[in-house]
Amino acid sequence: MRCFIIENLSVRIAGTRILENVNLHIHNGELTALIGPNGAGKTTLFKALIGDIPYEGKFAYVVPGQKNVKPKIGYVPQKLEFDHGSPVSVMDLFAASMTKRPVWLGYGNKVKSKTQSFLEAVKAEHLVFKRLGDLSGGELQRVLLALALQPIPDLLLLDEPFSAVDQRDSEGFYSLVQSLVKRYDFAAIIVSHDLELAAKYSQRMIYLNQTVQASGTPAEVFADENFKVKFKTTTGDYSA
Amino acid sequence: MSVWYNLLSLLPFEWSEHQFMKQALLAVILIAPLFGLIGTMVVNNKMAFFSDSLGHSALTGIALGVIVGLRDPLLSMLAFGLLMALALSFLKRTSNVSTDTLIAVLSSTAMALGIVILSRGGGFAKYSSYLIGDILSITTEGIVALALVFGLVLVYWYFMFNNLLLVSINPTMARSRGVSVTLTESLFMILVAVLVTISIQWVGILIINALLILPAATARNLARNMRSYHLMSVTVSLVAGIAGLLISYYWETAAGATIVLCNTVLFLISWLISLSNFSFLNS
Repeated sequence: MRCFIIENLSVRIAGTRILENVNLHIHNGELTALIGPNGAGKTTLFKALIGDIPYEGKFAYVVPGQKNVKPKIGYVPQKLEFDHGSPVSVMDLFAASMTKRPVWLGYGNKVKSKTQSFLEAVKAEHLVFKRLGDLSGGELQRVLLALALQPIPDLLLLDEPFSAVDQRDSEGFYSLVQSLVKRYDFAAIIVSHDLELAAKYSQRMIYLNQTVQASGTPAEVFADENFKVKFKTTTGDYSA
Repeated sequence: MSVWYNLLSLLPFEWSEHQFMKQALLAVILIAPLFGLIGTMVVNNKMAFFSDSLGHSALTGIALGVIVGLRDPLLSMLAFGLLMALALSFLKRTSNVSTDTLIAVLSSTAMALGIVILSRGGGFAKYSSYLIGDILSITTEGIVALALVFGLVLVYWYFMFNNLLLVSINPTMARSRGVSVTLTESLFMILVAVLVTISIQWVGILIINALLILPAATARNLARNMRSYHLMSVTVSLVAGIAGLLISYYWETAAGATIVLCNTVLFLISWLISLSNFSFLNS
């Protein structure tokens, strides 16, 4: 069975400890929810796994019968960096990711039809010529998911947006991710701010705050003393 | 070049009889599309402040050239501009003070240092042409240098534009797709530094950023994708450049500033169009 092993992973930024001795085991075919307060280091963990920031410790992809496999990592960011007035279309984003031809020269028919079919997989084919800035939070999330699935990753990292997505969109997104994880047998970690949804759709849960405070099935995490101290008073009883 | 001069001499206008106008027009035809092109991503990457401070710090580059005893300070300006660009891109990655503040500290220091050195003994007046620029005095060597930069920019824009776009959308996402974020960004900063430095003599420190930002800002009002963004930005820049140069000839005004005002007019027009229906521009 393929899996990811993270051992004693620590990150310091400008002398400040953001993550300390994180130990995790993530399995392919499972959706893992990553929870924790603001500033707990969730996005930092993703950046370290992607290789965007330096870290100490070990991060390995274990494939039976093979050595030193470099995993393909898909990433769905929480937000985009540029302002909403920027004239970047969904098609621009896909063509820039998939082809060498510079997008200011336009795109070939092959890329266009490929993009259409990728977007169909997340029910977003009607958005292909829209500007990124004109998409709703939920639409943008699905478009970025479609992009992160090209090529099919070994590990999919999803940084959930706080507000832009409404409840119905959110639930649809979780069930979409869950079905993709099953279909393609990759591992997925989703940062979640909605404990109820996370518990409903994920097989495993990690409560992170600088280090792993609790991990296991959602029920196990909700029963953990560390979790109860932090969450129970504000979010009700999740141990059931 | 002589083909160009003979061609222009055939035009039935008064301005086309002057050698300096022919040179200047050629320079504008090179500079304007370049600024329109680079400006698209300067605006997208929110680097307006960065390019502005590169212009201001050119004063120190000139001053260094004077101290060393160069006849033409272009080399020292280029060296100092590159140093600034590399310093800024390094600081951006390693420090957690906000980049805007860093840029402000660096550029105001560089500008003040330049003025202090150049004004020693009360001689700043002879350098004031760098402030508003003088495209009419452009030399053949200047035009060749611009053409070389044009070539460099096109090479970068062909091979690295897609990566630059991804980095501007989300650096971590770009990194997850195998894009080297540092290399892509640093090369772009160097490119902007070279362009600003090479053209500052002809365009002027006070005006250069306007020429970089305005065409792209105009195009953003109307464009719906990268292709139309580029097409509009380059066209706007070229039209405003040529119109501004010719108007400045008849009005006897500074060419650079006149070109900026032409850009402003086009910006206002694009803004008004954007308020109404504009889908016809993006077919």
